[in-house]
Amino acid sequence: MYMRKTLAYAAAVAAISLAPVVQAQTLTIGLGTEPTSIDPHFHNLGPNNQIAQHFFSRLIEQDHKQNLLPGLATSWKPLNELTWEFKLRKGVKFHDGSDFDADDVIFSMHRAGNHPNARSSFGLYTKAASTIKKIDSHTLHFISKKPYPLMAVDLSNVHIVSANEKDKWEGDYNNGSSAFGTGPYKVGKWVKGEVLEMVRYDGYHGDKPHWEKIIIKPIKSAPSRLAALLAGDVDFIDQVPTVDIARLKTNDKVQLSQGVSNRVIYLHMDQFRDNPEFVKTHDGKPVTKNPFKDVRVRKAVNMAINRTAIVERVMEGVAIPAGQLLPEGFFGRSANLPVPKYDPAGAKKLLAEAGYPNGFQVTLHGPNDRYINDAKIVEAIAQMLTRIGIKTTPDTMPKSVFFKHGKNRGPAKPPKWNFLLVGWGSGTGEPSSPLRSLLGTYSKPKGWGSSNRGLHSDPEMDKVLDEALATVDDNKRAALLAKATEIGVGRNQGIITLHYQVNTWAGKKGLTYKARTDERTTGFLVTPSK
Amino acid sequence: MTVFIVRRLLQAFLVVWAMSFLVFVGVNLVGDPVEMMVNDEADQEERERVIKAMGLDKPWYVQYLHFVGRAFQGDLGKSFVYGEESLGIIVERMPATFELALAALLMAIIIGIPLGVYSGLRPGSRISKVIMAGSILGFSLPTFWVGLMFIMVFAVMLGWLPSTGRGDVVPIMGINVSFLTIDGLSHLFLPALNLALFKISLVIRLARAGTREIVHQDYIKFARAKGLSTNRVVLVHLMKNIMIPVVTVLGLEFGGLIAFSVVTETVFAWPGMGKLIIDSIQNLDRPVIVAYLMIIVLVFVIINLVVDVLYSVLDPRVRLQDVKA
Amino acid sequence: MKTVAENIALGAAAGDKTEAVETPFERFRASFFASKVASVALVVLCSLIFVAVFAGFISPTNPYDLAQVSVLDSKLPPGAKSFEGTAFWLGTDGAGRDLLSAMIYGLRISLGVGVMSGIVAMIIGAAFGLIAAYFGGRTENIIMRIVDIQLSFPAILVALILLAILGKGVDKIIIALIIVQWAYYARTVRGSALVERNKEYIEAATCLAIGHRRILFRHLLPNCMPPLIVVGTLQTASAISLEATLSFLGVGLPVSEPSLGLLIANGFDYMLSGKYWISFFPGVALLITIVSINLVGDQLRDVLNPRLER
Repeated sequence: MYMRKTLAYAAAVAAISLAPVVQAQTLTIGLGTEPTSIDPHFHNLGPNNQIAQHFFSRLIEQDHKQNLLPGLATSWKPLNELTWEFKLRKGVKFHDGSDFDADDVIFSMHRAGNHPNARSSFGLYTKAASTIKKIDSHTLHFISKKPYPLMAVDLSNVHIVSANEKDKWEGDYNNGSSAFGTGPYKVGKWVKGEVLEMVRYDGYHGDKPHWEKIIIKPIKSAPSRLAALLAGDVDFIDQVPTVDIARLKTNDKVQLSQGVSNRVIYLHMDQFRDNPEFVKTHDGKPVTKNPFKDVRVRKAVNMAINRTAIVERVMEGVAIPAGQLLPEGFFGRSANLPVPKYDPAGAKKLLAEAGYPNGFQVTLHGPNDRYINDAKIVEAIAQMLTRIGIKTTPDTMPKSVFFKHGKNRGPAKPPKWNFLLVGWGSGTGEPSSPLRSLLGTYSKPKGWGSSNRGLHSDPEMDKVLDEALATVDDNKRAALLAKATEIGVGRNQGIITLHYQVNTWAGKKGLTYKARTDERTTGFLVTPSK
Repeated sequence: MTVFIVRRLLQAFLVVWAMSFLVFVGVNLVGDPVEMMVNDEADQEERERVIKAMGLDKPWYVQYLHFVGRAFQGDLGKSFVYGEESLGIIVERMPATFELALAALLMAIIIGIPLGVYSGLRPGSRISKVIMAGSILGFSLPTFWVGLMFIMVFAVMLGWLPSTGRGDVVPIMGINVSFLTIDGLSHLFLPALNLALFKISLVIRLARAGTREIVHQDYIKFARAKGLSTNRVVLVHLMKNIMIPVVTVLGLEFGGLIAFSVVTETVFAWPGMGKLIIDSIQNLDRPVIVAYLMIIVLVFVIINLVVDVLYSVLDPRVRLQDVKA
Repeated sequence: MKTVAENIALGAAAGDKTEAVETPFERFRASFFASKVASVALVVLCSLIFVAVFAGFISPTNPYDLAQVSVLDSKLPPGAKSFEGTAFWLGTDGAGRDLLSAMIYGLRISLGVGVMSGIVAMIIGAAFGLIAAYFGGRTENIIMRIVDIQLSFPAILVALILLAILGKGVDKIIIALIIVQWAYYARTVRGSALVERNKEYIEAATCLAIGHRRILFRHLLPNCMPPLIVVGTLQTASAISLEATLSFLGVGLPVSEPSLGLLIANGFDYMLSGKYWISFFPGVALLITIVSINLVGDQLRDVLNPRLER
């Protein structure tokens, strides 16, 4: 508490004495989200991770396209099927002046995987490395029990903290007393819901960032955030509402940066139950046979969706139609899965072939506060399916209610909904994450299918995916992942992908930012254009 | 008097307890906070760990007993979202809300009383009619819609005032306030006016009614007959007499302002308790919802009690009885 | 909000009814229509109710029928034509609904929620108020204590917490609004019933050993009606406003069946991009609705409460 008071006081004094010249070194960002804690291991969630990377570095960083870059590790390579060697950067100091070495990494890995209060832990990134062996003060061996090709990708998600701060948890990090990282910024003051200040760390090991100070203001409401930018209260905002983009493009005081994200929006269809609650016959009677179990019906749904219309009218052109799990340019993508063609007549025919000439009734459930324009997409799809005879009722609700009934607890406790719209961002930047979670057969020991809300299951795909996840060779693995995608999404139509989200940032003229596929806003990568 | 206060406090305790029980059980039925917390990529094992870490693996009555046990030690549980004491999180946001509510209250008085007295003195005039029509509008306009229009007109179209947020703050005795800086004041103006709108109408009506009643009373007539100037009569005698009902009502309405700040704070992204509770409802942060409710009940009980006691001090004809809760 | 309703209620309750020269209704009608503003407001209100009741016949399209709605028509400005050639007089909203139709149906939901919750709350509140006034003693104490406690919290707060517990939905918001409102009615009815109870005709009735129920409903209740009607009118306006506010905050109605308040909230997203109509027109409709109800209520109070000079 004392710490916070002094910080607040110092900041207030600074605010009074700051001359406008110095102000130019300050970047004020309006964000749609707010971190729940400064502790980088407390909550594995986008809003927290994007803030954490200002204060903390990782062994391996990800660039704006999620390619791996050296971070606190200068190099890494697999020594054999099971062992990865990491060489650490020398001469790096934490914000408190202490030196960074292998012990900090070992401490951070353990802390990240075993944080007692974590709301969502980083254990899923640290558990593959069952042993971490210290070779010398700047060399480490990460050893797994099975061949694990994703080692480097996983470790690029874990922030490194100082081993001096033992037994300090989120509270100590939040008030700034323990938040010592090696990142380009130090924690200034944080008033939750109001402002988070970051002060440049001069001992940073990477390129010196331009801004002396970065001020983060959480503004949840999208129109308000935009208004704050237009009124000059903030210099830069994230999550620009799609509806405003066309107009902003003609505004010469504003500069936009846009880029496709790793998030795909898609539909799950119940392929498990025989008497789905929300599916009815065309005249409203309960069904005895689940139409979604027939691949022809799933295909008909796919063909009935006019992705171009959704992208143009609902998303204002700010999205890319999707035919698989990740957009162009990502590792392990299939070359044989084009965007499905809109063909309502063909869909109707296929539906009749499958034994549903009069269609059927179904409720499409979706969240209304989770993805860009989610409720409107649900309505649009309902309109399109209704036109081919699948009378679809849209039902959207806040994410808090939606995910309660949409969660999958396996065949014993499947999701309540039978037909639902969800999105998936691939944190690993390759398709194994969605394949495992969305299409892999539900299995608790393997950790598969936790979000397989349609309970799709195909042993053949599981086998290919298993093989891919044990293949360390990049080229072979990419081919296997593409093959698994072709089976799960292409042949089986296990899920129906709609579009990839495109994210838009907006800043004052003269600020540039490379749009990131991981949707994060990184303050120190916003630069004045020269 | 002591008996009165003790009884009222006991009653308040009962209300707090009953409400906390209802809300605790109620929020346990809505949504699934774990699904809101965990990363999409988390596997089954991780989800189970989070459920356990948040204490949600136990049945609700066990959770409630734990909660009650801790509550007696002043611990209302840790926020699901922030992982910190929910009480602390709410108290941290209190100054912002109180500042906003006080500013609105001040505006209501400064704008409302002159207008109300004027229209009470000259009920037939055109201006009075405009004032009264305005006060009907003030009652009818939904706060959130006016707030949106304020942002639209003053921040976006005219660019006179900032649209959202709190602006620069200066600490006084460890509490951050924004009315001491120009930037802070400019951020405060629109939300405070938005929040005040309803109360301005209320004060106009109260002041008008009070004025009209009092101008016909003997002592005002007498004062006028004595040759005192109209201004003096109005200023001294009238104000003295209409202030009592206005102050009482506004005292009670202060609670209303705090409650309605939920709307204003949401529109203007004002970082107070109101915005916190809306966010907490959306994020299913159960401990914060329950703690907020308990604190707000307490605040209301205190406000009501203070107003009752003050009232009995101001007006000796009122005896404190246990008639009003 | 509380104080206003309270003042009105108490004022109305305290006002004795003077002897009627003509029939009471004629007198009432004459004095009500003495105000031009109130007469206009009443006409507006009646037409709004008419539109809401016959929404299905009046509205150009059915905004909930998905076969009639297409995203291809979304966000068209007022007066634009759809690709099928029909005109949208007030434009379309984000999902491609004809805004005029959406507003007509939204008005129906807004009025419906306000009136439904008002009527049920009035019945419940009046019953408790009558019981409290008539029986007095312990019963009265308990009922009025609950009323007082509830009224010491602002309606929006109580509704917010209730909806946090209940979740979203038309039925849920009606329940929340009933719980929020019943206490106002209870207090009003008790106030005027207390005045009546001490009058001689009730004493006489009691002496004649007429049953409780008959006294309550045949004698007490009719005499409490005027203040009840006033409070009912004004409460309906505030209930409509409250529903709109709650929907705006995201805890009220589901998106699939937007009331006027939700239409405004949805349109807010588009306001800064110059598509003002999606939020503006429903806002105006909501405003007209609430103002006209308030004006009618105000006039009713003035007419039914002779103590206040106009």
